[in-house]
Amino acid sequence: MNETALSEKQLRQLEREEADSKTILGFWVYLMTDCLLFASLFATFAVLHNNTFGGPGAAELFSLSFVLAETLLLLTSSFTVGLAILLARQGRQRAVIFWLCLTFVLGAAFLGLELSEFHKLAQEGNSWRRSGFLSAFFTLVGTHGLHITAGLIWMAVMIKRVSVRGLGSVSLKRLTMLSLFWHFLDIVWIFIFTIVYLFGAVL
Amino acid sequence: MTDKNRETSKGTVWTYSLGFILSLALTLTAYFVVKYHISTHHAFPRDRVMLGLLASLAAAQLLAQLIFFLHLNRESRPRWNLTVFAFMAMVLIIIVGGSLWIMHNLNYHTTSEQMSKYLKDQESGGL
Repeated sequence: MNETALSEKQLRQLEREEADSKTILGFWVYLMTDCLLFASLFATFAVLHNNTFGGPGAAELFSLSFVLAETLLLLTSSFTVGLAILLARQGRQRAVIFWLCLTFVLGAAFLGLELSEFHKLAQEGNSWRRSGFLSAFFTLVGTHGLHITAGLIWMAVMIKRVSVRGLGSVSLKRLTMLSLFWHFLDIVWIFIFTIVYLFGAVL
Repeated sequence: MTDKNRETSKGTVWTYSLGFILSLALTLTAYFVVKYHISTHHAFPRDRVMLGLLASLAAAQLLAQLIFFLHLNRESRPRWNLTVFAFMAMVLIIIVGGSLWIMHNLNYHTTSEQMSKYLKDQESGGL
């Protein structure tokens, strides 16, 4: 009797894990379509990168060391969110909250640097209205920034949830998806760093 | 045992650290190579070589993060994540490669007479 009750419980557990893994696969499919959105923006940027309409190009506009700082912040935050998800699987609530908060701070610092760069460009008269190149630049990098903003809001919600409700299976599932989202944004940024900033400095 | 298997299939502190160190090294290499390239006034390595080198460094970092952060290689069969990823990569190559190919061709086949005629039509309120 006791044994059948246990196996029923295990069965339910297995069913829930199955359902969760389907949800996570669905989220992965969303990420891949999001990747195609970025691919179209990258293609637009690649086509328009020479159309500066007599204005400044990438080599004059961007400071490489500034962009390196942004890159390192985002890369470190991708690592810390990975640590958070590892600790979440071990059920260590306080440590998870700490690493999530650290990720949030790093992500917010990245967003702050990006916004200050946008502000500086606009102040100097190099906003998206200046040229086709700058329109493509602001659309591509701005879309990434919007994703980061959404990720930060999501992360704040998860920090609150984990501190109030702990690390149940629902929290764990959502944290897994959040970490996928955050790693994905870091990968997109590698290509922005390489194609927009480094290629821009070389060409 | 099954629990331990599940743990390793999602990565450990070591896989994340290895991914982080690799990504850091690749990012810094790309940055300093570009700095050096600019300091030689774009003489060494040549621009085209630089683009190839930077693209390879980015591809290497993509691979490192897919393996050590997203664990795409440790997925159990039937590997749906990898399948969706491969399909996305195919569509991505068609979108980006196709756009560049078409626009390059358009640039190549547009003569300066066609361009000035187009601009004149625009000015006289054509279209």
